[in-house]
Amino acid sequence: MSLDLIIRIGTKLILPFILMFALYVQFHGDFGPGGGFQAGVITAGMVILVAITFGLEAAKRIAPQGLVERMVPIGVLIYAGTGVMGLLLGKNYLDYSVLAHESAHGRELGIFMIEVGVLITVSGTMTALFYAFVERGR
Amino acid sequence: MAIVRQRSLFGVVILAGIYSFLIASVLIVLDAVDVAMTEASVGAGVSTVVLLATLHLTKTSESAPMHGNLLPLFVVIVVATALVWGTLSLPPFGTPESVIQRHVVPRYLAKTITETNVPNVVTSVLADYRGYDTLGETTVIFTAGIGVMLLLRGWRRKSNNDDHAGASK
Repeated sequence: MSLDLIIRIGTKLILPFILMFALYVQFHGDFGPGGGFQAGVITAGMVILVAITFGLEAAKRIAPQGLVERMVPIGVLIYAGTGVMGLLLGKNYLDYSVLAHESAHGRELGIFMIEVGVLITVSGTMTALFYAFVERGR
Repeated sequence: MAIVRQRSLFGVVILAGIYSFLIASVLIVLDAVDVAMTEASVGAGVSTVVLLATLHLTKTSESAPMHGNLLPLFVVIVVATALVWGTLSLPPFGTPESVIQRHVVPRYLAKTITETNVPNVVTSVLADYRGYDTLGETTVIFTAGIGVMLLLRGWRRKSNNDDHAGASK
């Protein structure tokens, strides 16, 4: 596929910043706007941009299809597993206050964990959907 | 209005993306930054891409309607009337005295830092106080993704197998 030089170089330049912004949205979600859902969509957007510019194969080198499809259930399992942790440590399901010595710290940690779960599921789902659509068009 | 008048589906998709972006700007003006971010990334970004990918699989121009316009118009008018009638009984926009602002919101706003160490109340409500709902949302995304993947990929594999079966006979 022969493509415009400006688009290719521009994409290469902007990719790290997109990923950086996604991580910022993810880990700064406790303090500013954002969280796992938005960060997941931005991450998937980065992969989609690679696929549009450099072709599907290049995108699959960054995010292999098998990994992406496994990410979909793994995120839900992290989320539900965090809830089960609370259950095992003697509190209610999805009560994170037992995850650390102090209640507030435990809940902070729990929020962090489930945001990671949401990130993994959302980015995996969006990327897998895009792959499924594009592959079907072939 | 341009979206409704447009016959080229490509134009419709692009206009819908622009519309989502404008809505995101409106949400920023309303101080709902988290929602605005979601709207901009999902509505204007990913859904536009997925719709374009769908157009790649199907035709890009809308076929002429097979039925008359009167019944859909009637349904739309009835639903719109019902919705507008429903909004009449809502409290005025942004009043601090409305029920939703007095129930648990003050407690969340006051205690989020001491209870969860998370200053962004949206995150703490979403992930902690309303953790079940967010778990449900994540499960919905999971289910939707699995469903679409099964539909799109399973179908192709089956048709490939049929081709092979037909070729071998």
